[in-house]
Amino acid sequence: MFERVTEGLSGALRRLSGQGKITEANVREAMDEVRTSLLEADVHYEVVESFCRRVLEDALGREVTKSLKPGQEMIGIVHERLVELLGGPEEAPAGIMRVSPGPTVVMMCGLQGSGKTTTCGKLGAYLKKRGRSVMLAACDLQRPAAVEQLETVARQVSEEMPGGAQVHFYGEPERCAEYGKAVGVAVQVAQRALARARELGVDTLILDTAGRLHIDDALMGELHQMQRVLQPHHIFLVVDAMTGQDAVNSAKAFHARLTVDGVILTKFDSDTRGGAAISVKEVTGAPIRFIGVGEKLGALEEFHADRMAGRILGMGDVVSLVEKAQEEVSEEEARKLEEKMARGEMGMDDFLKQLRTLRRMGPLKQLMGMLPGVGQALKDVHIEDDQLNRVEAMIQSMTPDERARPTIINASRRRRVARGSGTRDQDVSQLVKQFNAINKLTKSMAQMGAAGKVRAVKELGGAGLGGMMPGVEGLPAFRTKGSTKSAPIRQRAKQRKKRRR
Amino acid sequence: MGLFRATVGKLRKGLARTREALGGSLRGLLTGRRLDEALIKDLERRLIESDVGVRATRRLIERVREDFRRGVLTQGDEVLSHLRRELVAMWPEADRSLRMNPDGVTVILVTGINGVGKTTSIAKLCKALRDEGHSVLLGACDTFRAGAVRQLEIWAERLGVDVVKGQQGGDPAAVAFDACSAAVARGVDVLILDTAGRLHTQDPLMRQLEKITKVVGRQIEGAPHEVLLVLDATSGQNALRQAEEFSKAAGVTGIFLAKLDGTARGGIVVAIRESVDIPVKFVGIGETPEDVEAFEPEAFVEALLGD
Ligand SMILES: Nc1nc2c(ncn2[C@@H]2O[C@H](COP(=O)(O)OP(=O)(O)OP(=O)(O)O)[C@@H](O)[C@H]2O)c(=O)[nH]1
Ligand SMILES: Nc1nc2c(ncn2[C@@H]2O[C@H](COP(=O)(O)OP(=O)(O)O)[C@@H](O)[C@H]2O)c(=O)[nH]1
Ligand SMILES: [Mg+2]
Ligand SMILES: [Mg+2]
Repeated sequence: MFERVTEGLSGALRRLSGQGKITEANVREAMDEVRTSLLEADVHYEVVESFCRRVLEDALGREVTKSLKPGQEMIGIVHERLVELLGGPEEAPAGIMRVSPGPTVVMMCGLQGSGKTTTCGKLGAYLKKRGRSVMLAACDLQRPAAVEQLETVARQVSEEMPGGAQVHFYGEPERCAEYGKAVGVAVQVAQRALARARELGVDTLILDTAGRLHIDDALMGELHQMQRVLQPHHIFLVVDAMTGQDAVNSAKAFHARLTVDGVILTKFDSDTRGGAAISVKEVTGAPIRFIGVGEKLGALEEFHADRMAGRILGMGDVVSLVEKAQEEVSEEEARKLEEKMARGEMGMDDFLKQLRTLRRMGPLKQLMGMLPGVGQALKDVHIEDDQLNRVEAMIQSMTPDERARPTIINASRRRRVARGSGTRDQDVSQLVKQFNAINKLTKSMAQMGAAGKVRAVKELGGAGLGGMMPGVEGLPAFRTKGSTKSAPIRQRAKQRKKRRR
Repeated sequence: MGLFRATVGKLRKGLARTREALGGSLRGLLTGRRLDEALIKDLERRLIESDVGVRATRRLIERVREDFRRGVLTQGDEVLSHLRRELVAMWPEADRSLRMNPDGVTVILVTGINGVGKTTSIAKLCKALRDEGHSVLLGACDTFRAGAVRQLEIWAERLGVDVVKGQQGGDPAAVAFDACSAAVARGVDVLILDTAGRLHTQDPLMRQLEKITKVVGRQIEGAPHEVLLVLDATSGQNALRQAEEFSKAAGVTGIFLAKLDGTARGGIVVAIRESVDIPVKFVGIGETPEDVEAFEPEAFVEALLGD
């Protein structure tokens, strides 16, 4: 969408440049593009209106019309204002407070199916990773099997992260009843969970609650009572990032009954623009603390306003990508690899390791989505496990020497590798060719500073899938549907580059 | 099929809360007022706020504006009935009942993204079918989410039907296969398959869905006879992408619009109707098996515009 905004803005502005002078009317026209984009991203109507008004005032106040690059400057203002709206850097720190004596009590709330139970597990894993023991308490006595679901989730946290701090579960499955028949019981269950957590000396108690409509008085009352009796230190409102305009109504209602002090947005691994983030932030004033990016327990990220603004505007998220990569690769490993890369000595082994990391890092699309300028192209790329497997097989059929210096792979070696991996000669030579290209690229990248790297990735990102991610494009079997489709993106990237100059 | 002859009254009642919650209805806004630009702008806002989407809203509004300029429309009330007609016409009279297999087991595949209400909607369909005298079997093909099988089992126990299930984490297509065999062996009328929520952007999972469809088709002639896509009425424009992608992967034959009992108006189905031709068949208006209605354009539009 940012491309849309960008194009819209520059289109609107280009039309004027012929006339020599940019007027207020032109800026307004450009703002209309921004408005449309935000509405398409599901930001609430009222919020969009007031936002656009503010930006327009700002733009006119700063006299963008006199700026040399009015388009650029407008985008800058839009982005800046969005970041401000989503919660500037001065916002309360992410994370979960720790009280003494414990336990810290965290309560979840939200509509049906927003992701509360899953998020309880993710928060549990997040805290466990930081050495804090947790108890997950099942206070959803309405939805069938909700208690079992949370119990399973708690067990999964323990199993997937063995050792370290403990993960407890508290539930009273026998007290479940049909919808609306067990209202209030949750409060008692929560109290007993708290008592038990105290006994066990648990660091943090996380209360899962039943999904409910914000207009259901009885059930909203139950939550209110829970807050009164348990006095949670954090109350998190869990919101589906795909929510439309109604996000405003539900968030407002939850906030009116409870002191929501943080928002968690889930399902951000989808291709939603997530404009609901802005709406919810605007009506609750509560900071967005975390975002859910998958069904697995590790798929929880701290929230960063600047990145989210970029996403809502469609700018891609280089920083997250880099960070995610850092989490996967140890610092030591990364340093070594970087040195090798700087010397242009990356071997096939390192390459393979990167590929595996990449695969572990989750759906490739999600990663690529974080890169700027490629949004459109992503839809057409399919990288399948078995294709990665073939590359792995080829590399594994190489001798250590060949892996360290793939240049020595001549025709006979190539044939041997192909036979050993059940591939064709030309697959092997293609792999080597691409590896060399990547090696050259990473060499020049490793020699840049961090900022330069981000810039380089950005520019490469626009240049088609090529340098977007070292080691992805054109791997032998990676198929790109309708390659003609990526052409406009390349062109656009070129235009963008030109503009930047 | 007489399945779900809608009682518009019930839907109205379910949606009455919506209107109260939202305050000032559109009718209140329009009645007795002369049409002008400000009013047209209000109308636009109403549609956008119902998740109708920018494109569809623009199209609808432009037509109003044109008629306004030509002097055909002059009063607020006229606009309302004009809009209502336009919207209702988007869903022409069509067979919105379940597609049944005349000679053998009818297989209904229920799918959608995470947390939209698939399993609960299955309980609703199951109850309605049983009330009409059909025998029903359920297949628990959500082998992924914690507690998903148990959730379906609990509904089955409450409704008095059987469930075919497999291993947690197992191959959902295998469960579908077993469920089909069981359905044929037992000679039930309808088999409803629950599936794990999946994002339309997750290729492997979308292909898994294709596989389930194929497996089912090989077992029972013409199956799945009905592929229902469950959409959450509170969802925004992304639901359009869902409708497009699920249609591609699984050949969706109908939409089940769940959670219409909240304050969201589900306008997204208008946006969807603009781009994909899938009938909306049912609406979910609560969390118990009774809370289902056949989709009726008139009632829906009435609620959308908040009469
Ligand atoms: N893709 C994706 N799926 C998610 C995410 N968070 C939760 N889910 C899925 O969304 C569905 C609903 O999640 P739950 O955790 O059961 O939601 P809930 O709010 O507890 O639901 P109720 O208890 O029914 O109100 C499940 O299928 C989850 O796996 C996320 O960040 N990304
Ligand atoms: N208010 C309301 N809640 C619903 C409706 N349909 C489902 N739900 C709730 O939404 C949540 C998710 O439903 P579930 O059937 O588990 O979704 P699934 O993950 O798609 O199978 C549950 O808490 C349901 O009770 C509906 O029509 N109205
Ligand atoms: Mg839950
Ligand atoms: Mg389910």
